[in-house]
Amino acid sequence: MSDKKALVPSKEQSTALDLGGATKDFVTAYIGKQLFGIPVLTVQDVLGPQRITRIPLAPPEVAGSLNLRGRIVTAIDVRKRLGLREREDDVPGMSIVVDQGGELYSLMVDQVGEVLSVPQKAFEQNPATLDPRWREFSDGIFRLDKQLLVILDVTRLLDFTVSVKQAG
Amino acid sequence: MDDLLSEFLTETSESLSTLDVELVKLEQNPNDPDILSNIFRLVHTIKGTCGFLGLPRLEAVAHAGENVLGKIRDGELVVTPDAVTLVLESIDTIKYLLSELEQNETEPDGNDADLIARLNHFADTGTIMGGSAAPAATPVEEEVAEEVPMTDDERLQAIFDATEVDPDIQEPEPAPAPEKPAPAAAPPAAAKSQAVAPAKAAASEGPKAEAQRGEAKESSVAAQTIRVNVELLENLMTLVSELVLTRNQLLQMVRGKDDSEFTVPLQRLSHITTDLQEGVMKTRMQPIGNAWAKLPRIVRDLALEMNKKIDLQMIGADTELDRQVLELIKDPLTHMVRNSADHGLEDIPGRREAGKPETGTVTLNAYHEGGHIIIEISDDGRGLNIERIKAKAIANGLATESDLDGMADSQIHQFIFKAGFSTAEKVTSVSGRGVGMDVVRTNIEKIGGTVELKSVEGRGSTFIIKIPLTLAIVSALIVESGGERFAIPQISVLELVRASSNSDHSIERIHDTPVLRLRNRLLPLVTLKKILGLDDGETTVDDVDEEAFIVVTQVGTYSFGIIVDRVFDTEEIVVKPVAPILRDLSLFSGNTILGDGSVIMILDPNGIATRTGEITVGGSQGVESKARSDTGDRETTSMLVFRAGGAEVRAVPLALVARLEEIDVENIEYSNGRPLVQYRGKLMPLVFIDGSYQMKGEGRQPTLVFQDRERTMGLVVDEIVDIVDDVLNVELTADQDGLVGSAVIDGKATDLIDAGYYLELAFSDWFGHEDTGGEKKRVLLVDDSPFFRNLLTPMLSVSGFRVIAVENAEQALDLKNRGEMFDAIISDIEMPGMNGFEFAESLQNDEHWGDTPIIALSSHTSEEDFERGRQVGFSDYVAKFDRDALVSTLIQTLSAV
Repeated sequence: MSDKKALVPSKEQSTALDLGGATKDFVTAYIGKQLFGIPVLTVQDVLGPQRITRIPLAPPEVAGSLNLRGRIVTAIDVRKRLGLREREDDVPGMSIVVDQGGELYSLMVDQVGEVLSVPQKAFEQNPATLDPRWREFSDGIFRLDKQLLVILDVTRLLDFTVSVKQAG
Repeated sequence: MDDLLSEFLTETSESLSTLDVELVKLEQNPNDPDILSNIFRLVHTIKGTCGFLGLPRLEAVAHAGENVLGKIRDGELVVTPDAVTLVLESIDTIKYLLSELEQNETEPDGNDADLIARLNHFADTGTIMGGSAAPAATPVEEEVAEEVPMTDDERLQAIFDATEVDPDIQEPEPAPAPEKPAPAAAPPAAAKSQAVAPAKAAASEGPKAEAQRGEAKESSVAAQTIRVNVELLENLMTLVSELVLTRNQLLQMVRGKDDSEFTVPLQRLSHITTDLQEGVMKTRMQPIGNAWAKLPRIVRDLALEMNKKIDLQMIGADTELDRQVLELIKDPLTHMVRNSADHGLEDIPGRREAGKPETGTVTLNAYHEGGHIIIEISDDGRGLNIERIKAKAIANGLATESDLDGMADSQIHQFIFKAGFSTAEKVTSVSGRGVGMDVVRTNIEKIGGTVELKSVEGRGSTFIIKIPLTLAIVSALIVESGGERFAIPQISVLELVRASSNSDHSIERIHDTPVLRLRNRLLPLVTLKKILGLDDGETTVDDVDEEAFIVVTQVGTYSFGIIVDRVFDTEEIVVKPVAPILRDLSLFSGNTILGDGSVIMILDPNGIATRTGEITVGGSQGVESKARSDTGDRETTSMLVFRAGGAEVRAVPLALVARLEEIDVENIEYSNGRPLVQYRGKLMPLVFIDGSYQMKGEGRQPTLVFQDRERTMGLVVDEIVDIVDDVLNVELTADQDGLVGSAVIDGKATDLIDAGYYLELAFSDWFGHEDTGGEKKRVLLVDDSPFFRNLLTPMLSVSGFRVIAVENAEQALDLKNRGEMFDAIISDIEMPGMNGFEFAESLQNDEHWGDTPIIALSSHTSEEDFERGRQVGFSDYVAKFDRDALVSTLIQTLSAV
């Protein structure tokens, strides 16, 4: 069995990301010039700039909380989470709201793009040389025509306990 | 109607309707064991309840029906339509009996011998009693008629003919025809319902009344209570919460406009919303006593089994909490009470050895505190055995010896919450299987609660369960600090103080620690900006002092002030739990959406208190203790001011006086030339303020009654002037017997009398010293206040101790160095120089005095003080002025050594 696996590595990848069909849909977002993708089914909403309440003593990546139609949503600054510089002031910023275990989180990005259907065969694992932080939050890469789409692993992105352990 | 009975009726009518459905299902699937056992269970329950309520007729029918079902279940009988009909018949009879029961609250006369006979016959033989048991034989019920195969016409006729129609006939019944398959049951049933109408029309008074009664039954019992899915209530609650928020939002919008056309309807909406909110809340609330109901029985059984004497105290049983939460904590609670009774309490010989009363106490205490419900489970048993936990932790590979050495006792206690951890030496049927506390903790944490544990070896353990009221709507004060707004639950806010440099209230500083003088007390202050990290370093010290608002907050016995920038109004908020990634922020108890739509964090005063408490232990300890001694000096004391033998006023601490009495001079008797009076079935000696005192010739004489355990003494006075709360500052120490000194009380120079002196006066001369053989125990008293030394020394002497009193810890250590030995040490906490904590700490590992028990004496009795006291080696903690507690603690401590 192990021999077979070694011969067809692509199969293992597909189970890892559960790519059942021939294509997969992602909501895309830009942070700086990099394109990111979030599986479309986890996305609840896309928001423009919002009034955000700061939460003192919270981890720096937590930008605050906001009111989305009566529900409290915790805003995560994805830039900080990925170890990037703060956003330029002239970029208003947008957010993608995801549901994680019944709680809503708003992932703050620079800009939200269209929904992309990408063929499964364009999938690649994370390059081994990728920044460890990015590797932790990325589920793999899709090769698009002109750029690369980094798939965000929302669960790990929002799991602050693990990263604290790793960092610490 | 009797509660029990009406509940029974509601419940039974519910089960009966289920039964009807289930029986029909059974007829279609005669071999489904699930349906069968379900039916059996329902009938069995009815039978059981009837027996319990003393309803013999009902019980007999249910019993016979159950018999048949039992046989069917066991496979001895086969399900045939006949059998089902028979069972249905018995159920109809049960329904009839129930309706009678509801009308008259008793069973109707008569019996169901025929039905029972047929049920038994069927149970025994598996056949229905032959057709010969014809309609003619019908005694009470009409049902037998169904047994004879009839055409629809005949059935119709039979119903018309019936002179006594009983409600059973109105129940649709499956076709009785034996050979017909079940589905064919439909047409006759339909025919029958047609038949009912003419029967009603044709019949006279009797059946009509029956029919009405039938209706009455449905409307009365069914309408009184209904069962509602908790989830539905939960949804309602969420919706109402949202409604409240929306209402608040609307109110906010209208507030600015004076004559808006919306004002009036909005007000109505507001009222209705409030009522609705209360109503929905009520549907979900239940007193915690419901979850405790089983406990006395469990504890009693346990006591018998373990041969212990256990007293279960339940305090706050009417504290209400959310039904769902109640359900979830029921099992953990039961488990913990069992643990306390089993592991915690010693057996009778063990308790005797430890010098405790034979009867052990397990106390359950529930109360609300700052948006939480606290449930304490405490026992006065042996406490957790640190050594055994350590050994077990090492054995289970949870920690190494060196790990454990570095741990505080409280950390070691935490091991009992690990899986597979039981320190009971033997596994009893009750507990000790090691699946306990970890499950308890998991269950409680699942509902967002916490479990804390406090245990002192030899003195017992206390578990404190804290459950947040996540869905509750609370009133909160909105404040601003560092440009952000926060909500503080109104329940923990005592008052608001506006401080500025030129008003009465100004913030003072002791080495950068802000404090506030508030009504003769120093209030410790915390700056919200600072503890929240919103302080950008821009705010200078003066900045804060200029003008600030102080929210005076109380947590347990600890009050402190929170400095904020601005105070807005109060608002009703719905506490929503924070996102999981923020749960470890102990300063917040939740978050919410305000009327203006913005999200706001809710501060948790408990968290702030804990946070500042930690700061105390850390860097600025010296400052804090200094601040404390300051507050100590400012402590007010309730003084009883009276006049006796002269115009000058005298005073005694109110806490020392047991009662105030007026004694009729005529009742005073003399024995051996000394006055006494019969008081509460005993003789009470009377003493006078001095030898020259003259009593009134007649009338009533006010008397202060002092009590020292069994003995009482009356001090005769002229007049009780007042009770004054004032700072007690003894300025002149008197040499005169019976006086402690003089103090300014309520602006007047007042003599403070020495209650101990009078006690001795009454008892030493009268009864002689109660020197019950043996040597007197030597007690060292360390207290900087001459007042207390003078007060306690005679008092303890009277109680049979030899007291050596010193002014401070240094003097005490001198005595130690001189090789003096004492049986116990009583020490004040706030003292100049070395304070009580340091004193105790220095003795902890001393070769001479290390084993001497030390009792702390303090006016600060907050939980942290207790904890700290225990840590540095105090064996007990007694509040100043609590004489009885001091003496009893002393006796207990000495007997335990």
